[in-house]
Amino acid sequence: MEKNNARGFLYLIPAFLFLGAFLIYPLIDVFVYSFEEGYNFASQTYFGVGTYNYSYVLHDPYFLQAVKNTLILVIITVPVSTGLALLLSVALSSIKPLQDLFQTIYFLPYVTNTLAVGLVFMILFKKTAYSDGLVNLLIHAFGGSSVDFIDGPYWAKMFVLCFYTVWVVMPFKILILTSALSSVNPMYYHAARVDGTSRLRIFTKITLPMISPMLFYLVITGFIGAFKAYSDAVALFGVNLNAAGMNTIVGYVYDMLYGNSGGYPSYASAAAILLFIIVLTITCINLLVSKKHVTY
Amino acid sequence: MNNQNDYEKLQKTSAVRARIRSILLYTLLTLWAILVLFPFYWMILTSVKSYSTYNSEYIPSFFTLSPTLQNYVEAFTTVSLGRYLWNTFLFTVITTGIMLIVIVFAAFAFARLDFPGKNLIFTLFLSLMMIPNELVVITNFATITNLGLRNTFTGLILPSVTSVFYIYLLKENFAQVPDELYYAAKVDGTSDLRYLRRVMLPICKPTLITIVILKVIECWNSYVWPRLITDDADYYLVSNGIQEIRENGFGRENIPAMMAAVVVISLPLIVLFLIFRHKIMEGVARGGTKG
Amino acid sequence: MKITLEHLTKKFPGRGRKNPTEVIAVDDFDFEIPDGRLVGLLGPSGCGKSTTLNLICGLLKPTSGKIFFGEDDVTDLAPEHRGVGLVFQNYALYPHLTVRQNIQFPLENLKGADKLSKQEMADRVLEAAGLVQIEALLDRKPGELSGGQQQRVAIARALVKMPRVLLLDEPLSNLDARLRLQTREEIRRIQKQTGITTIFVTHDQDEAMSISDLIVVMKDGVVQQIGKPQEVYDNPVNLFVAKFLGTPPINLFSGRVKDEMLYLGEDQVLSVKDAPDGEVYVGIRPEGFLLREDGAMHCQLVRPEVMGRDVSIVSTHEASENPTIRSIIQAENHVDPEASHVQFDLRPRKVFLFSKTDEKRIPFRIEE
Repeated sequence: MEKNNARGFLYLIPAFLFLGAFLIYPLIDVFVYSFEEGYNFASQTYFGVGTYNYSYVLHDPYFLQAVKNTLILVIITVPVSTGLALLLSVALSSIKPLQDLFQTIYFLPYVTNTLAVGLVFMILFKKTAYSDGLVNLLIHAFGGSSVDFIDGPYWAKMFVLCFYTVWVVMPFKILILTSALSSVNPMYYHAARVDGTSRLRIFTKITLPMISPMLFYLVITGFIGAFKAYSDAVALFGVNLNAAGMNTIVGYVYDMLYGNSGGYPSYASAAAILLFIIVLTITCINLLVSKKHVTY
Repeated sequence: MNNQNDYEKLQKTSAVRARIRSILLYTLLTLWAILVLFPFYWMILTSVKSYSTYNSEYIPSFFTLSPTLQNYVEAFTTVSLGRYLWNTFLFTVITTGIMLIVIVFAAFAFARLDFPGKNLIFTLFLSLMMIPNELVVITNFATITNLGLRNTFTGLILPSVTSVFYIYLLKENFAQVPDELYYAAKVDGTSDLRYLRRVMLPICKPTLITIVILKVIECWNSYVWPRLITDDADYYLVSNGIQEIRENGFGRENIPAMMAAVVVISLPLIVLFLIFRHKIMEGVARGGTKG
Repeated sequence: MKITLEHLTKKFPGRGRKNPTEVIAVDDFDFEIPDGRLVGLLGPSGCGKSTTLNLICGLLKPTSGKIFFGEDDVTDLAPEHRGVGLVFQNYALYPHLTVRQNIQFPLENLKGADKLSKQEMADRVLEAAGLVQIEALLDRKPGELSGGQQQRVAIARALVKMPRVLLLDEPLSNLDARLRLQTREEIRRIQKQTGITTIFVTHDQDEAMSISDLIVVMKDGVVQQIGKPQEVYDNPVNLFVAKFLGTPPINLFSGRVKDEMLYLGEDQVLSVKDAPDGEVYVGIRPEGFLLREDGAMHCQLVRPEVMGRDVSIVSTHEASENPTIRSIIQAENHVDPEASHVQFDLRPRKVFLFSKTDEKRIPFRIEE
């Protein structure tokens, strides 16, 4: 067959240009930045090369707070959202009437603007001078005392953040899991039923192993996504996340880069690379675990 | 007969169990549905309450008897919501348009054309998918700033155009088009471009639609990059606009007007979703990633 | 275990606007399957045979009618309580479990008094595996097995819980021709050895004829005929059954009866006592032709085909409903391939008359 040498490259040129300028070059550059000490954005000068940026970031209490927040968020939301999504998907797959309606409703958060709906969550949870907010009224109704979830104690804020994060990531997980469940050939269920297998056993012995690749995929992408949490927090607590004590690692990177405390691309780069290393490590661990447990 | 009684008992207990099970299932599903829908209901409800009604309700009421559109008027007049919407629309359309051209050519080159080192280049390409946005955004910020493109559409759009993942998705689909079609077209003297336009694109329309949908959702909701690159309200997209409204828009306490803005911002994608429901869900399931 | 089907009917509601009418998959199936027999449910695809199987195993509920296992009414009983073993067309082996785990799977479901110890389970698995001769494959996964081996595993899994009834859905359709012959003998052997009442579904009449004690021929949800394979072959009740059974298929003609004589075109071919006058369909089995120089039936010779033991003569006749007639005669009868025509006499027992209106068999008395 004829080879279209020159032509092939020609078609690739636009993609190369864009990727080169905005993906490959920045990737190299971010490492350079992270080792340039005292880089000045305006004059584009620096006075040394070394690991100072990393040590600064690692000793910055805001960064440590951001790491702590992010880790808590990851540890809570990934298992909760995955488990809940599994439960709802299984429930969803075992009904017939209204299935389509439920599926549509469950997917709605996916197509909404995270920041916009975050505002709704904020007013639902917020306690103000003239109203305690709906959630607090519910707490009252059950005999609890009200808490300001938005400007109040740390755990209350963390709860809202986790709650909203779960709410936001559920549509995707439910969608992926329901389609994984529906791709299991019903003949296996028939075979198991004829053999008198209990529902629980069908679930643990047949359904789970068969959807385990998708489940692990969700766990891995869930970890990655949760580590990159940012806009959910902004939506709930405003742009000044450091002041709210609710910053995330990604938030720290952006704050270092820009805004009131910004102008330090070197610190931002160092923090971004640290984040990348954390995510990479967790992903590798996940993959190792999944190799062991994904039986099929 | 004894045996027969046993069977009847078995039947009865399993019927009762099935009933309980379906009640539990529907309860669970309904609960989550309420949890999902409630914020939407609340934002619409709040957006039609008047400012004074809202503020006088210590216990917010779950419905309003005197709905008002005043908040919507305010949302469009007090802050430039219309501007934000128009900006986002432009940004979405242009970004998606340029992206389509770029990825169609790239995917076509990888799927259809032969050139030295193709496989190597493609593998390198795939490895680019691993690079998180957070790493490259710093330099991109510097690049765009140095080019003096802050607060321009060019600055907003350029770094948002590329997507390795979509090239990959499209290339996989292109590769499924049988070679015979290409050879047949070649024999008939069809040029590559014409073949691409008349054969490949129509066949791969579903994937293209998927990609467009995903990209539109991504653009409409993008926040981080626009926030870094714009500080002039004339170039705000809706996400930044809503954040701006939150921080110092209507005066912090005019929540009904805020909710009206939220409704306006959320509506386009929700309407789009309700129309192309199955396509979008299928596309997201296939695409497998958000943003 | 005797199985009784009483007026069994299954209707599927019409789906959507496109197909509003309901589909009757099984219509008034009335049949008693004697204990310990191998029964073949036979019919073209869509005839309701698989639905019948699913009704018996309980995966589907009948619209009306009853199912008895022995004396027990199991019509509304869930499949797990029926004690049936089912072998699926695609085997339905769990891909993530080994052969041993697959076979053991049904045993692990047993509860309460029926619960087995580990050792008992292992013994039962070995026993079942031995029955289908796959002991050597126990630690492999289904993906590593050939189609025939998977089939055996599926049968072992169905047998391991000692079902009262064994049901096989198109058990041979996914196997190649040679394996099919071998496996059907195997099924026959296993059935005889275990004595379990066995029902299998097939669209391949050869398969059903060769191993069944009884065959049930179905069409469009309606049972056409039930009987021993040879009986059904020799005495089809209607045109459909006659056409469906037999390879090569029966030769079909348009003929007429006048004064107890059967005419095919101009040829007066057979005396049919007691048959009423009128137009009829005539079915003649390939082995129903006798090559005679002065035979009553005049056919144009297309070609003879020598098939070792037999000779198959392909010819044409003006009254034939098919383009050619195929007759099988013994190889001793020499046919000159250059000849332009051949003449046959007919064996009266291999000739069937069917009504042109309802396609039912028209009996006639054979003159000895």
